[in-house]
Amino acid sequence: MQYPAWEDLELGAAITTPGNASNLKTGDWRSSVPVLDEDKCVKCGLCAVYCPEFCIAEDEEGFYRPDLYYCKGCGICAVECPKEAIKMQREGE
Amino acid sequence: MGKRIGTEVSIAVAEAVKLARVDVISAYPITPQTHIVEDLSQIVANGELEAAFIPVESEHSAMSAAVGAAATGARVYTATSAQGLALMHEILFIASSLRLPMVMTVANRSLSGPISIWNDHSDIMAERDIGWIQIFGENGQEIFDLTIAAFRIAEDKRVLLPVCVNMDGFILTHMIEPIEVPDQELVDRFLPPFEPAMKLDPANPVTMGPVGVPEIYTEAKKQCDVALTNSKPVIEEVLQQWAEIFGRKYSLIEKNGTESAETVFVTMGSLGETVMTAIEELNAEGQSVGQVRIRLWRPFPKEEFKQAIKGVKRLIVIDRALCPGSTSGPVAAEIKALLYEESEKPEVINVIAGLGGRDVTRKDFKTMLDMALKGEFKDDYTIWGVRSHAE
Repeated sequence: MQYPAWEDLELGAAITTPGNASNLKTGDWRSSVPVLDEDKCVKCGLCAVYCPEFCIAEDEEGFYRPDLYYCKGCGICAVECPKEAIKMQREGE
Repeated sequence: MGKRIGTEVSIAVAEAVKLARVDVISAYPITPQTHIVEDLSQIVANGELEAAFIPVESEHSAMSAAVGAAATGARVYTATSAQGLALMHEILFIASSLRLPMVMTVANRSLSGPISIWNDHSDIMAERDIGWIQIFGENGQEIFDLTIAAFRIAEDKRVLLPVCVNMDGFILTHMIEPIEVPDQELVDRFLPPFEPAMKLDPANPVTMGPVGVPEIYTEAKKQCDVALTNSKPVIEEVLQQWAEIFGRKYSLIEKNGTESAETVFVTMGSLGETVMTAIEELNAEGQSVGQVRIRLWRPFPKEEFKQAIKGVKRLIVIDRALCPGSTSGPVAAEIKALLYEESEKPEVINVIAGLGGRDVTRKDFKTMLDMALKGEFKDDYTIWGVRSHAE
């Protein structure tokens, strides 16, 4: 990402493009990634409810999957899953 | 033009704020407040000024409300003093970093403890680095004039910064002085309605005050620093326009006394008037002594100051605040740093005087000159008038 020179910052470093937080790749912060065991998953969607980043959505098969552009790897979905269907796995393993 | 009245300077400042047609006044209404906002609350309640007067529960809230109001595009005023200014501390940085124009009068008083309600500059010196334009006036008329001019300076599109007008507590705030109050029409000619460069507007949303991640914070600070430094010529321009309309000229640095004086007193605030009388008498006795008054403290008028003291042998810099454990008081430290690179520089004597409302008289300045000429100032700085068993 290219950051602006000081001369190009808005007055008082204001943000003049509302909603531009969606460009921020919070997935870069992640050290662990949630991995779904489809055999255990009952498609209840509780992981999506608890996700603080609102990045888990239902796919075509009815499974709930995180958008890894935003998923910070916090692991809340893995803790909250009533079927223990989500395991956190270290990035790169 | 206008009328000349005898009035307490605080009441005159309230009149100036009224003439500036402010939209919002937010202030903590009790101690350590002055009569300024008390009078303004009456002015608003009487319907003489169409403004929102927000009496808040603390100075922290006063400055927060001022920031919020300025963000909506309102012309905003507040006033405080001493502990009140200290309580505003964290929000003062927010106001300047958001580049929000507003005007605040600070009735300079000592910070406790021991508990004090009297005059010195320790309150504003603790807020030296808030990124505001900081002006010191030395008499009632000047404070009145600078209060109105401060709105023009703050709101200029080339500036967009908050301005703090400093007036010595009690010595000015509670003094009755003759003040020339101009007609509204003339003030309106000098100060057009505020047109904000950016404001909170649902039709055109912006986020003010977002997180400054490490990749942005430094650039944001750079922007504010450059804005403050670059405000100097605009301040001069506005004060020149003030002189053209109202006939009173205010320079950033003012010189007085013998031309090519050997010794020069440097002051900020009302002490300048005492020094003025002292050096008139000293000049009459044949002493080569002058004075330099610093009216603009931030941004510091470096070139103007250097020009004003060219050829001077000795500076006696009066600080009205103590920097405990430091090399000198804040004004002397500024001057010493400024002169470091100069090949020819004067001796800088630093006297910390007038702490916590202690009187500083003409006689004190004469004694200081006498001691300076005899080389009796040995320390980095001297706290003036301390009773001691030594000597």
